Formats: sequence, structure tokens, C-alpha cells
Amino acid sequence: MSRLQIHVEGIGLWSPALADFGALQAQLDGAPPAAATARPPAASLPANERRRAPESVLLAVEIAGQAVAMSGHAASDLPCVFGSSFGDQLISDYMCATLASAPAELSPTRFHNSVHNAPAGYWTIAIGCHATSSAISAGAATVGAGLLEAATLSMTEQRPVLLVCSDIAGTGPVGEMSGTRSSFGFALVLSPMRTPRTLVSLGIELTPHARHDLRPAPAVGAWYESNPIAASAWPLMQNLAKGEGACTLAAAETLALRVALETAV
Amino acid sequence: MSGPIQPLAVSAYTVTSALGQGLESHLAALSSSHGGLRENDFSSAPLACWIGRVEGVEDAALPAAHAAWESRNNRLAWLGLQQDGFLERALDARQRYGAARVALVLGTSTASIGATEEGYRHLDSDGRMPAELRRPPIHAPHSLAGFVAEALGLEGPCLTVSTACSSSAKVFASAERLIRLGLADAAVVGGVDTLCDSVLFGFNALELVSPQPCRPFDQARCGISIGEAAGFALLERVDSAPGAPRLLGYGESSDAHHMSTPHPEGLGAELALRDALARAGLHAEQVDYINLHGTASQKNDEVEAALIARAFPVTTRASSTKGFTGHTLGAAGILEAAIALLAIRHNLVPGNLGCTHPDEACGPQLALQSEQRVVNVALSNSFGFGGNNACLAFGRAPA
Repeated sequence: MSRLQIHVEGIGLWSPALADFGALQAQLDGAPPAAATARPPAASLPANERRRAPESVLLAVEIAGQAVAMSGHAASDLPCVFGSSFGDQLISDYMCATLASAPAELSPTRFHNSVHNAPAGYWTIAIGCHATSSAISAGAATVGAGLLEAATLSMTEQRPVLLVCSDIAGTGPVGEMSGTRSSFGFALVLSPMRTPRTLVSLGIELTPHARHDLRPAPAVGAWYESNPIAASAWPLMQNLAKGEGACTLAAAETLALRVALETAV
Repeated sequence: MSGPIQPLAVSAYTVTSALGQGLESHLAALSSSHGGLRENDFSSAPLACWIGRVEGVEDAALPAAHAAWESRNNRLAWLGLQQDGFLERALDARQRYGAARVALVLGTSTASIGATEEGYRHLDSDGRMPAELRRPPIHAPHSLAGFVAEALGLEGPCLTVSTACSSSAKVFASAERLIRLGLADAAVVGGVDTLCDSVLFGFNALELVSPQPCRPFDQARCGISIGEAAGFALLERVDSAPGAPRLLGYGESSDAHHMSTPHPEGLGAELALRDALARAGLHAEQVDYINLHGTASQKNDEVEAALIARAFPVTTRASSTKGFTGHTLGAAGILEAAIALLAIRHNLVPGNLGCTHPDEACGPQLALQSEQRVVNVALSNSFGFGGNNACLAFGRAPA
């Protein structure tokens, strides 16, 4: 099989200039851009956790909470897949710098927050989810690989699944390596079947050996080019906001996903 | 609760750890209770602890065609791929099914962060990554899978799972789902983690590192010993390899309790265990051997010992092999899956090296010494930070 169909029941989105999916829709309808905010509110976290949580966690929890709220599902019922190309680059920079100068002074909290599944951990703890949670990465193909992982989980388990993809802006030498200069994330609640909650259905077709289709478009200097999740997902987010369209995502170096919106009847 | 799955054949597998390169050295060490830990001679600054270091990693240079992926972690991956003829078996699967029909799902927690650390120790005069290490793909979590996909020439679904110490157990679940839906005909799964300052000084900061070789489940245990490993397995449908051992089931769950401490009643661990048994269509009485997570941390061992004692009969044998290898973190899932498969192949229950006076929470299932007995069904537990739990079930092919 090389075709899947999956149904979207909730959408979350955050960047410093876009507070949620509704803000993206408004922007496409011509509304003036809102003032940028520095920090995702992440209201699903208890206040003390919100103060302590690293930025990668705040971003992931914010968009996860938005998507789940839109879907109407209980957050604790949803298995979840958290994707990120680089994890928490601020912690990576801190840890590598500290290890190079005074390794014995490494912060234990920052170390346990450095695991790639920190967002999944904070989220499942905050909302009391005992279902499977995963943390994945696939370089520039993280969005497509994450969509495939979440869709296959939803279809084999026959239950709705939360997909969260996000990367924060990097800093220091490691930030220069990642080239990530802005924060962006989106989340989808995916269901294996069409239900009254279905917002839109996604037809997904896998095309292997797709070197040509996956060649990046020439850079135009747009903000979304400076974040690996936004660079992949921006066309899909625009299609979701418009309610129509098709786009191609990389799911691996040469594996393309053609994702077409099929409007709910 | 999940329903049973169709088992998959584990048609090839291999592992490399402090016990040596490949399965034979692991069998020999486990049979003779000969551990692989040594005093820390790795970290960039002194740290009094014991480690499970793999010999020969530094000499396993990558082929020139893949030199852009050079890092110690990828060297260990390359060394590991060449053991037990695994590289040839993976290339044969690519030939039989086509490159786009073989998925690659690998677990890691460290990826090549050791190379990033090295860069920060040798920043250039502008405070930037030194020229030799200015290779962006190695400074990302996908470094391992990116390298292995290129080295094996695979073009199917390709994923890094990074859920701390359950990473390379969960890869079996992701691969099973891809094969079940027909998105792949086979999958290379596995994982690689390498020693680095991040994990040595990180676990040290959490006061979880033992100054002595770790002693899982012993009353006098005082923390973990960190190790490194590389392991791989090839999964196919059973009709392609009817005589091969089988992945019978898997279970996954979240504790929803604490970032770095397990749930006090082992709630998540038990959910993963029950999930694995349900998918495998097994009762606890049918389990011959369990390779335990057994890190030698105070809390994990107490909670896991109580779970085994209440969930299994006396006839089930159980042990942690981390006294042999150290805790190989993101590679622990595949290392201990390989040990469970070795237990089935050789009817060997490995002993729980390092334990002489078991914690009072331990039941009679704990095997302190290695035992020769029939092992038809073996489980492997892997639990990670963030309360991320996985349990795998393997079985012998029916006669």
C-alpha cells in the first residue's frame, strides 16, 4: 500500500507572530499582523511547571493544547507523537558550553530537560496521559516522517492520535549548525475515521525515489525558511487555512508524501 | 487493551557492547558471568565511576564515501553493522524487496552529541564550530539514522526515535505498524548510543552514577554505570523466514508522573507489560525469561522488582544484564532485545551480575546466576526519562 487517508480533528499553531491557527486564517483573509509575543503561553502546564519548563516544552505544549481543545477529545486519551528536528537547542548550547568549561557544574534539571522526549514527558505528566508517547526526529524530513508515524499509529490502533512538530530558535555554535533562527510549531489531532468532528481529510500518497520532487525551492528570504518545521509545513498550514490544496512533504531523504486536502462532506 | 498482532520474523540480529563485537562474545560473557565494565577512562575531565566502553570504536573509520557523517557514534554504528554478517543481510533484504520497501527505524538518545561537545571544546578564534566539525547533519538527533540510511542505501520510511532509555525498544513497534499497513515489507531496526560527557556528567549531576560497578537489584546498589552499544535487527513477515525467532508483541505507555523518577507503583511499567502480553496473546505463565530494565538506581529497581514479583509465577526467570554492559541508555532496548533473543536461541537465562543480596522487593523470579533452561518466550523491559515505557515480547519459531 502506498496511500493512506487520515482525518484532521484539531489544529494548533504557534510562532512569535501567529498565536494560533485562527490567526493564520485571519492573516490569509487580510487581517493586519498581530504584535509578536516572546513566549508561548502553554496554559496546559501547571503554573510552577510553566515557570521551570524549557522553551521547547512551552512551544510544544502550547500547540498540543490548542489542537486537542479544537478536537474536543480528552487530552489524556490521546497517544502522542512529538517531532523536532533539533530538540532544545538552547539546552544543547548550555550543556556543551558548560561541559567544555566546568563539567562538574552541569545542572541536573537542564540535563533531564535535554532529552528529546522532554515535551512528551511534560505533556503526559500535565494532562495525565498513560497512552504511548513518542519523540521522533528525521532531520529536514521531520514533518513528513512525524505525519507518517502518527498516521500509522492512529490507523493500526484505530484511535485518534496527537501529532506535535516544533523547533525553537537556536543559539551559539550549535544554533549556527542548525540554521534555525525562529520558533515555530504546529499540532494536529488525527483520527482514523471520518467523524462529526472531522475538519478536513488528508489523502496521503507515498512516492519513493523522489529526488527531484524534494529538491528545496530557491530561498526567497521568507521567515519560515529559518525554521525546519515551518519550512516543510508552511504549504500544508496554508492549505489547511484555505481548506483546499495539495503539497509535497519529505518523509525521508528520497521519500515524498503528497498530501491532498479532501473536504469533509 | 490491544488485540493480538501477527508476529514478525527477526530474520537477523547483532549487537556490540562492552562485552565485545557480535553475538558470540555476548553469549560467552553471559554464560561465564564475565562482565565488561571498567574504571572510567573516557570523560574529558576526571569522574570516578565505571563504564561499559566498546573496544575498537576509535579505529572503525567510516568509508570515505560517508566521511561527512564521521562521529564516534556513527563509528560505533558502522562497527556494529559489520558484526554477525548483519550488513550483508540488510543489503540482501534491500535487494529482495527494493530499497524503498525496507524501512529504517533507529533509536538513540545521544546521537552524535559527543561530536558537538568536542566542537565546543575546540571552538575557533571566532567562537564558532571548528572547521573540521562544521558538518550540520552530525549535530542533530537524526545523525545516526541519516548515516545508516546512506550506508545501507535504504529509501523507505526512515525515522529516529529518541525517548531516552526506551528509544531502541520502541523502534520495534514503529516498524511493526509500517509493515502491518503495507508501507514496508521489511525493516531494519536498532539503536546506537555512545559514551559522552553529556550523559556521564548529566547522570552524575542527578546523583545517579555509582562509584563502583553497578549492582542491579542488590540491597547495597548505589546507582548506574553508563555504557555504550550498537545493535540492529531485521524484521520481515513470518513467511519470509519461518524458522527465525519472532517478535510476538510490544507494549508502550507513559507514567504521567515525573521527568526523572519512575511512578512509585510502577503504573506505566505495568501498562506496557500488559500491553505487550495482550498483543502477543500470552499469559504471564507462558513467559520463561524477562530481561529487566534493572538500572541499579534505587527507585527503578524497587518498583520493577515489585512489579515482577506480583505479575509473574515462580517459573518465570528474570534478570538485569546491566551489571555486564552498563546502562547503554538509548541503545539499551536493542542490546537487551538481542540478549532476550540469545536466551531463546541458547536456552540460557543470564545471571543478574552484581547482585548478591537482593532487595527485599525482589520475588523468587530473580536469577542471580546464569541458568541453562528452556526459554521459548522472553520479554525485555525498557523504561526512560519522561516516564516513557516499552516492553518487547519475543518467541521461538514453532517447531
